[in-house]
Amino acid sequence: MLQRHFDEELTELKTKLLRMAGLAEDQIDKALTALVARDSALARRVIERDHQVNALDVEIDEDCIRLLALHQPAARDLRLVTTAMKIATELERISDLAENVCERAIELNDEPQLKPYIDIPRMAKWARTMVKESIDAFVKEDATLARKVLADDDFVDDLMEQLFRELLSFMLENPQTITRAIRLSFISKYIERVADHATNIAELVVYLVEGKIIRHTTPPGASKDGLA
Amino acid sequence: MDLVESPQAQDWPKSLKAETCALSFSYGSRLALKNLSIPVSEYQITSLIGPSGCGKSTFLRCFNRMHDLYDGNRYEGEILLYPDRRNILAREVDPIEVRMQVGMVFQKPNPFPKSIYENVAYGLRVRGTTERSLLDEKVERALRSAALWEEVKDRLPAQATSLSGGQQQRLCIARALATDPELLLLDEPTSALDPMATASIEELLLDLKRSVTILIVTHNMQQAARVSDWTAFMYVGELVEFGLTKQLFTTPIKKQTEDYITGRFG
Repeated sequence: MLQRHFDEELTELKTKLLRMAGLAEDQIDKALTALVARDSALARRVIERDHQVNALDVEIDEDCIRLLALHQPAARDLRLVTTAMKIATELERISDLAENVCERAIELNDEPQLKPYIDIPRMAKWARTMVKESIDAFVKEDATLARKVLADDDFVDDLMEQLFRELLSFMLENPQTITRAIRLSFISKYIERVADHATNIAELVVYLVEGKIIRHTTPPGASKDGLA
Repeated sequence: MDLVESPQAQDWPKSLKAETCALSFSYGSRLALKNLSIPVSEYQITSLIGPSGCGKSTFLRCFNRMHDLYDGNRYEGEILLYPDRRNILAREVDPIEVRMQVGMVFQKPNPFPKSIYENVAYGLRVRGTTERSLLDEKVERALRSAALWEEVKDRLPAQATSLSGGQQQRLCIARALATDPELLLLDEPTSALDPMATASIEELLLDLKRSVTILIVTHNMQQAARVSDWTAFMYVGELVEFGLTKQLFTTPIKKQTEDYITGRFG
């Protein structure tokens, strides 16, 4: 098989995306630590660091546009470049959500803690694993792993639902808790969105490997297990 | 991971202008085409791609019986021309007759050493058209179809060789169009042209497919991707993959096709 310079550029692109993913995952971890440990200084550092992820998003975009214009890739190469472009956008959104978690954490840290945080870190751990696995699936071009990520999304959705009911009971019992409960419920929504972005990445990986676009294919009302 | 040959039905042209059925061809003892069954979709552009020596030009030349010019060449199988599904390889079919229905343009522009006008009129005269006004009309129409009329209308008696390479190639297309062929064969028609002339030929092909079916051999993969509706990938005389161009260039089914179009072949 012919060795191509183009392959080196594609490897470089993957490496850069991996770096961006690492950064985004770290943003989520730190955002959760800032919440659980009530560390507002850390939260501010996470917010501060979001621009690094944004910069990588722009850089990867430019790389992809250059590769498309200069190499006119076809087939799997084409799918790799276009997929990388979209994944960068997903990662950028994930980092934005980590930033949002930090904003709410700073607000929450100004008041007494409403309740011990148990479900939120659990949710975050799942979402974080989904992000990691979706990126692993991308790097290894592994559609089976990508499909596992799709299936995991339901669990995060269920946890969010459960947490929402719990927070609702707090609010019904004592209106004094409403502000904090709403902020926590925002956070759970942010984390649920992180898992959604991981799902999007996983769907892109299936396209990369199999050439099949599987997003938006679940009929309304059907189970969203993504195993179609 | 390879895409396995998926059980899903492949896209296939709905309306055919021609099709080869188990076509094989040998130059003497050398088998150059092996059992090819390829459809040619009507009023669309089908491109043939593949590395040098894969048989794509040989395949193209079967369509106007060019191989008949040499002894020892042998066809097997059929080439059916639609709508009447006539086998143009049949012994009783006159190759001259075939060439009236099937025009051909080659890699290098090859105008006759005659005037611009005579180049286009030539095929018509051979077919017995002598009336000047009818010749004028058909020459103009062919030159217009080939997007050359505006550039040459004031110099029709000039030597064809005085034209630029791109103009000469369009003149050859006009010459092929003059006899109203149903199928136009092009064998790497832009490989000797600069990017501007190439772009104008490609535009021309996209206009022409409204009135004529086109079968094109090209080494330029982007060209195949840009102009054709269907693509056949050939390798050592065999058909590896046939499909919609947009499909073949984004999600080819065979690994060989993938390697070729991504430049990993070697």
